[in-house]
Amino acid sequence: MIDRILLDHGGGGRLSHRLIREEILPRFACAALNGLPDAATLDPGGLRMLFSTDSFVVQPLFFPGGCIGDLAVFGTVNDLAVAGSRPRWLSLGMILEEGLPLAILRRVLDAVQLAASRCDLQVVTGDTKVVRRGQCDGMYLNTAGIGQALPGFALGPERLRPGDRVLVSGPLGDHGLAVLAAREGLGLANGPVSDTRPLHRLVLALGELAPGVRFMRDPTRGGLAAVLNEMVEERAVGVMIEERRLPFSPATRALAELTGLDLLHVASEGCLVLVCAPELAPAILERWRPLPEGAQACVIGQVAEDASLVVLETAIGGRRVVDAPQGELLPRIC
Amino acid sequence: MKYIDGFRSLDAAAPLRQSLAELGAHVTARRGPVRLMEVCGSHTMAIARFGIRDFLPEGVELVSGPGCPVCVTEPGFLDAAIDLAHRGVIVATFGDLLRVPGSRSDLARTRAAGGWIEVCQSPHRARELARDHPDREVVFLAVGFETTIAPIAAMLAGARRDGLDTLSLLTAFKLIPPVLAALAADPDLRIDGLLCPAHVSAIIGPETYGFLAADHGIACVVAGFEPLDILYGLEGLLRQLVDEAPRVDNQYSRVVKPGGNPRAQALMAACLEPVTAAWRGLGPIPGSGLGLRPELARYDAARRHGLTVRAGEVHPQCRCGAILKGLLSPDQCGLFGRTCHPEHPLGPCMVSQEGSCAAHFRYGRRSRQP
Repeated sequence: MIDRILLDHGGGGRLSHRLIREEILPRFACAALNGLPDAATLDPGGLRMLFSTDSFVVQPLFFPGGCIGDLAVFGTVNDLAVAGSRPRWLSLGMILEEGLPLAILRRVLDAVQLAASRCDLQVVTGDTKVVRRGQCDGMYLNTAGIGQALPGFALGPERLRPGDRVLVSGPLGDHGLAVLAAREGLGLANGPVSDTRPLHRLVLALGELAPGVRFMRDPTRGGLAAVLNEMVEERAVGVMIEERRLPFSPATRALAELTGLDLLHVASEGCLVLVCAPELAPAILERWRPLPEGAQACVIGQVAEDASLVVLETAIGGRRVVDAPQGELLPRIC
Repeated sequence: MKYIDGFRSLDAAAPLRQSLAELGAHVTARRGPVRLMEVCGSHTMAIARFGIRDFLPEGVELVSGPGCPVCVTEPGFLDAAIDLAHRGVIVATFGDLLRVPGSRSDLARTRAAGGWIEVCQSPHRARELARDHPDREVVFLAVGFETTIAPIAAMLAGARRDGLDTLSLLTAFKLIPPVLAALAADPDLRIDGLLCPAHVSAIIGPETYGFLAADHGIACVVAGFEPLDILYGLEGLLRQLVDEAPRVDNQYSRVVKPGGNPRAQALMAACLEPVTAAWRGLGPIPGSGLGLRPELARYDAARRHGLTVRAGEVHPQCRCGAILKGLLSPDQCGLFGRTCHPEHPLGPCMVSQEGSCAAHFRYGRRSRQP
C-alpha cells in the first residue's frame, strides 16, 4: 500500500519495525540477527565479540547537552554495552556537505575524540565523502563498533519471568525534546537538555550479577514504549509499569505538556532499561546510584502475566495499555 | 510542575472513585445503563492517557463524540491540500493532519513524494514562512474548533498588517454547538450526559450548551483536561442524573468564564462567517463551520488557487456516524479491521488514535481496562 519511504519509517515505531521485518530480514536472515538485538554476537575462533553500527543525521548538529559527534560515539557504545559487552574499537564514516565551515567540522571531531577517550576506546578506521551542497544537511556520521563480550550475560526476552523487576538508569525523553526544542527554535529558557552519554560503566558495574540480568536496551527512537512493546511482543508475559515511579526532568516534562507529546514515546540517549530477577534489583541500584549516569536509577515496574501487553498504572490510579508509537512524533493541536 | 501534580493526585482520585461507584449504582438501579459522551479531542486523549475508564462504575459507559477537529476533516479538504502541494505551494499545517487520509493519499506521503509540507507548532509559523519565502505561495491549513480558530484569526490579522499577499488559508473550521445540536436532534441518540469541552467553552461560554439540558434532557458539565477535572466532571454528570435535573455546570471555572471570551469572539466575527461544513463520517451540517468573509476573498486559498473543495466520500459503508452517536459498536461496521484499520483509517473513529474504532482495534475486547 505504501510505495515510498516516509519519515515514519525512521521513527523507531511500528512502521520502522515493519520495514525491517518485511524488507531487510527476509534478505539477510542469519543467527546473529535473531531477535534483532542492539548488537550482533559473533564467535570467531572461540573469542566472543559484539558488532554494531548506527548512523546519525540529527538536526541541529549542536543541541543543549551534546552534538552529533559525541552522539555518534555514545550511540554505538551504548548499543554494544546493552548487548553485554565492553566497547573497544570504533569506525567513523563522515558524509560532509560542500560548504560546511571547517570550524564546525573541527568542533565535531573534537567531540568525537573526547567521547571516545571517555569510553576508553579507539577510532581505528574511517572514511570521508563530500557531497554537493543540498545533498545532505551539513554532515551525517556513521559509526560501527566492536566490543568484547562480558562474562555471565545471557540476555533475551525469552528469559523474562513474571515478577522480574524493570529498572531505568535515569530520566526519560530528555534527548528527544532537547533536539525538538533546538530544531523548532522554541527559544526556551531552562529548556530540556539532552542526556547524550555513555552507558558502558553501568553495564560494567553489574559484574558478577550478570547472570540474573534478563534483558537490557537503551530506549532511543520510539522511547520506553517501543522498547517494552518489542520486549513482550508475542511473549507469554507482559509488563506493568507505574507512572508515579517514572523519572522525568522538570523541563522535559513541561515541554511534553506544552506539545502534547507522550514522553513514553520520546528518545533518550543516555538511559538504560534493564530487567532482572526480583532479588537482584536492590543490589543493582546500589551499584548504579553512585555513578552520575545512574544517580536517578529506579525500579519502574515489573514483568506481569498479561501476555504481550504493556500496561501503565497512571498517576491517579487508573490503568491503560501503552502502545508502540507509529513513527514520527507529531505535536497535536488538541 | 507542582501545579500540575496537584491535578493528578492519587489521594484526591481515590475518594472520587468511591463517589462515582455510589452515584453510578444509584443511577443505574433507577434508569439502567448510562451512556456519557466526551466531545473534545483533548478529553479523549486525557481519558486514555490517565486510564479514566478504569474509574467508571458498572453500567456507566463513556463514548467518544466527534470532538477532534482533525479527525472530522473531510477527505476532499486533504485532496485540495495535496493538490496545492503538487502545484508547488508551501503547505503549512498542524502536525496531526499529516496522517489523515484524503481520497487517495495523505500529506505525509505527499511530502515523501516531494511536496513542500511544513509542520507548524503555531499558526504564526505560516506568517514567518510567507515572509521568508516571498517568491512562493504559502497556504495554511486552517482547521480547528473555536479554540484554534481564534489564534488563526489573530495570525491572519497580523499577516494583513504585514501586507503579506502570498499567504492564504484553506479553511475547514468547525463549530461545536451546531454539531451537538445535530447529534441531539437524532431521535435514536442515546446520550444521558455530556462532558463539555474545556477550552472551546472558554471562547464561547458555558451558556451555549443550555439547549441540550433544556430541550433534550442531557446533563452537561464543562470540565478541564486534567484527570481530576475529568473525574469531577463525570461525578457532576452522575449527580445531575441522580437529581434528575439536567443543567449546565461549570467545573472548569478557573478558565471558563460566563459569556466566554468576547475579544476572541469579536476577532473571529470580524473575519469569518458561518458556512455549511462537511464532517467526516457525519456529512454536511448547516452553519457548523466558518469561512472567510467575502471582503477577505484574497486570503481564501480555494478562490485564490481556483480550487473546488469537494467533501469527498470516506466510504459508502463507513458507519462512523452511527458509532459516534453510540448506536453501533465498532465491530458492527463491515469495514472494521478489514478495509479500515489504524494504518489505513477511513472514518474519524479510526483516524483518531484514541477514537472508538482505533482503540477497539488495538486493545480488542480486553478493552482499555486490563
